[in-house]
Amino acid sequence: MLPILQLGPLAIQLPGLLLLVGVWVGVTLAERQAPRHGVPPAQLNNLVFLGLVAGLIGARLGYAVRYADVYLASPLSLLALTPVTLAPIDGAATGLIVSLIYAQRKELPLWATLDSLTPGLASVMVALGFAHLASGDAFGAPASLPWSVDLWGAARHPSQVYEILAAVAIMVLVLRLDRKAQFPGMAFLVFIALTAGARLFLEAFRGDGVIVLNGPRQAQLGALIVLLLALVALHLRARAEIPPLPQGEHIEKT
Amino acid sequence: MTKDVGRLRLAINWSGWMQDQARWTALVVGVAVLGAAWIAYSAAPASATTGGHIPSPREGFQAPSFALTNPAGETTRLEDLRGQVVVLNFWASWCPPCKAEMPDLQAAHMANKDRGLVILGINSTIQDSADAALSFASAQGITFPILLDRTGEVSRQYLVRALPTTFFIDRQGIIRKVVVGGPMSEATLTSTVRNLLEAGS
Repeated sequence: MLPILQLGPLAIQLPGLLLLVGVWVGVTLAERQAPRHGVPPAQLNNLVFLGLVAGLIGARLGYAVRYADVYLASPLSLLALTPVTLAPIDGAATGLIVSLIYAQRKELPLWATLDSLTPGLASVMVALGFAHLASGDAFGAPASLPWSVDLWGAARHPSQVYEILAAVAIMVLVLRLDRKAQFPGMAFLVFIALTAGARLFLEAFRGDGVIVLNGPRQAQLGALIVLLLALVALHLRARAEIPPLPQGEHIEKT
Repeated sequence: MTKDVGRLRLAINWSGWMQDQARWTALVVGVAVLGAAWIAYSAAPASATTGGHIPSPREGFQAPSFALTNPAGETTRLEDLRGQVVVLNFWASWCPPCKAEMPDLQAAHMANKDRGLVILGINSTIQDSADAALSFASAQGITFPILLDRTGEVSRQYLVRALPTTFFIDRQGIIRKVVVGGPMSEATLTSTVRNLLEAGS
């Protein structure tokens, strides 16, 4: 755990830096994939950039609206660098809406665009694992195992390490699959299904999750729903895009 | 070459599977059943997660207890402040962002001290001097308690790695927000304090 990198007078927040690296690698990967999916790389780049900037603005405004009088009294606080005064859900919604509007205006093909973004998303998930490792967030449930780590006053599952391993495995799979995908949307949907599946499995070892109805973990319920939706979507996409073939003709066809 | 063909076949079989309604339905149902079973198996009582009971310097955990003295030698104990909203601000007199946020902390103290807010300015005296801390505080007209962490014990306990670092603790003694670095904006301070004061009253 190393949340702050102290370079002389400069205190660098390592988790944020790691996420930034993840986004940078992600955008680079996405730009490289774009032409193969028939998406102009420059437009994909704009899409991501606009989404991120809009997300950041939306997150701060969303927070400020809740404390309107405070921010009216000191409007410059809107520009403060503190991440705690961001409203994450408001930000995600704003970023998504702005990206969608941009994609629609540029008439980007939905599934191909999502496929181009997939390796980038996978790299952000890896970076997120490292960011959690640096900050000690998303920590594990107490457990006495040979590989337990001491964190937050208890021996715990190294849940951040599990998270990184799963994210790396998914990224490798998705990068391989991307070249062999059979229809637009396959790489993206497989990525979503695998990520949801990993969360469903690994959440059991977390010590910070929300528990609903005194039993199930909220994140697991959400992950299972996303996983099932992704599987259903894969089936529907496969049927819509590939003409059904009799068994045995597959190899010749490709 | 053979390996490539094998891989190709694997990929093709998958999409064949995806198109096959009966097989894919079986897969979806299987995943749903297995997933639900895993959720049931890993279910835990609400007290199993969230730190609540373990003292640790992060959000959602109980604030580690400490006792520190002010320059006059009077001791303040964190446990004694249970029931009030506590803001712990770790600072040093040589740290410009710490000095920059002091007036806002003082303003918050004046505005909320009768509503159940306690601000403690914990001077990291091990890397400062008590005299410098005191003269800065009196020059600024600081009236909230300044405590001296002479051995650095409390800074270590709170894993303070950058100055200033500010901990917001609710009336139950649980840390609700941590702001590392500064100066934090006036709005960050005001909105957080108000939130905690309203939550507990």
